[in-house]
Amino acid sequence: MTVARKRRISHAALLGHAAILVFGLVAPFVFPNYTFQIAMLWIMILFALTWDIMGGQMGYNSLGNILFFGAGMYISAVVQIGLVYDVAAYTSAFGGVKVDFTTAQYFTGIALGIVAAAIFCTLIAVIFGSMVFGLRGPYFAIGTLGVALAAGELVGGWDYVGGGGGISMPVYPGEPESRSLFFYSLCFVSAITTFGFLKWLYSGRFQTTINAIRDDEEKAEAMGIRTTRYKVVAWSIAAFFLGISGAIFGNMAGFIEPLEVAFPTVTFGIFMVVMSLLGGKGTLWGPVLGATLFHVIKEVTWTYLLGWQWVALGAIIIVNVVFFQQGILGWAQDKWPEFFGIVVDDKLSAKGAAAREAAE
Amino acid sequence: MTNLIEISGVSKRFGGVIANSQISLNVPEGGITGLIGPNGSGKTTLFNSVVGYHPIDEGSITFEGQEISRMRVPQIARLGLLRTFQQTRIYGKMNCMDNMMISVPQRRMPLARMFSKFPAEVIDRAEAILEFVGLYQKRMLPAGSLSFGQQKLLEFAMALINEPKVLLLDEPTAGINPTLINGLIDRLRRANEDFGITLFVIEHNMRVIMNLADNIYCLAHGEMLAHGTPEEIQNDQRVVDAYLGAH
Repeated sequence: MTVARKRRISHAALLGHAAILVFGLVAPFVFPNYTFQIAMLWIMILFALTWDIMGGQMGYNSLGNILFFGAGMYISAVVQIGLVYDVAAYTSAFGGVKVDFTTAQYFTGIALGIVAAAIFCTLIAVIFGSMVFGLRGPYFAIGTLGVALAAGELVGGWDYVGGGGGISMPVYPGEPESRSLFFYSLCFVSAITTFGFLKWLYSGRFQTTINAIRDDEEKAEAMGIRTTRYKVVAWSIAAFFLGISGAIFGNMAGFIEPLEVAFPTVTFGIFMVVMSLLGGKGTLWGPVLGATLFHVIKEVTWTYLLGWQWVALGAIIIVNVVFFQQGILGWAQDKWPEFFGIVVDDKLSAKGAAAREAAE
Repeated sequence: MTNLIEISGVSKRFGGVIANSQISLNVPEGGITGLIGPNGSGKTTLFNSVVGYHPIDEGSITFEGQEISRMRVPQIARLGLLRTFQQTRIYGKMNCMDNMMISVPQRRMPLARMFSKFPAEVIDRAEAILEFVGLYQKRMLPAGSLSFGQQKLLEFAMALINEPKVLLLDEPTAGINPTLINGLIDRLRRANEDFGITLFVIEHNMRVIMNLADNIYCLAHGEMLAHGTPEEIQNDQRVVDAYLGAH
């Protein structure tokens, strides 16, 4: 690849990043009626990106990542309430205690809640990781699905956190417009942070190693790579960001309960997989692309095909999995390999190449 | 010459099948040791035992004097004892350069290094070794798109960049066309002489192993049949019988 060509591509990438940032910043002001939907888009992008760490880059298809989303939500709720009230009294009584959070209490609670969600979800990932990483292939998928389903049921039977009845989250102390802007910003920042972190993470040894685990884990072990360590860290990173998104989403929704909001295995839990597959798993931009496309399709079908929306989504999944397995970016990579740097170099040796590059 | 690997009295059964029975052999440091035998004589089983793929039933395997028969695959690999596979195994969706760089030894790697970039000297070295095996031009292609013979060369290159003390090669020339075989023999010998890597080679191609190895062990029916220099093995009536099926 020539120097000019490289520069052109990096310019294009820079413009792309800038365009997305600008969109994210002005969207709630330009489309004030869609603030919630666009906030959900950022959450969806975060979902797809974090699923892809394991599912795409490392080849471990987890169906249970939603576990961390729900766990983050509940951890944050317990921290936010526990700072001011007795959690058991708050969740059981519904009026038994007079609920009133001051502005300072509310924002301290939410900040600490997000931090706690991130930390504890990372810990949960480390603990569960050591249990489920003995499983490979379809068994890993089913094992993680089981963990997520069980988590929903366990929380549903746990009265301390409100059981199946759920928890009403602290009420935002302010106008509805500022509330939606506040949560929009949280969603936007968390998605962008996730993207930035993964971009950095995928630039070196870590990505190469988890890709090696995807391609041939036994070979990687035979070469002396500490595969378990990488697997646990990869899952912890996904859990960290998913925990944050759960904490934000719980507060944005205002009310949380175990099956539909916190651990929605068959909606969000499946969406994260579908979005990554649609955009092209194992790439950085694929999940972003897939999430955007999927979210738009989903919102459009919900509006104009009400009653048939699940059929439409199901059809997309089937077409995707049967005819279009490589996803959008995977397809592009097959079609224009040179653009992705997949080229036969006509230079014969490394020394010749270096000399020629210097001469250019 | 001291022995790098010492195998003594190793047996391995799979249910009722005795794959290895009381095998003893030594791999001297700096040499090229060959292991031959008819199909099903237990050569690959012995390799798998050495690199820790499965536990052995009895006997002992030491590497540089250290007992390794109870250690696990990655631990043994980090000691500097590496194997290649009969069915070539490379990381198919990654390009050749990534295949190389991931194979750089990770013996004493602190946790934070997990997130580091590959240093420039690693990239240079990966390119140099790819050039050595003749794959420099294809370094940006996915490894899975290479031909079988080229994948074999890539696997060999990956083993070289890992700087092992011993390299266990399971049929390095199987499936490679005859003109490439000469080039591969030459490279194996240079890896041994220039890089100082001790080689332990399973090979079916008699011409290759007789040219390459300086001492050869022959297995048959899971037992050690003969040991000697290439000339001694070639003239050993038991070896000839084992290969031709005379009993």
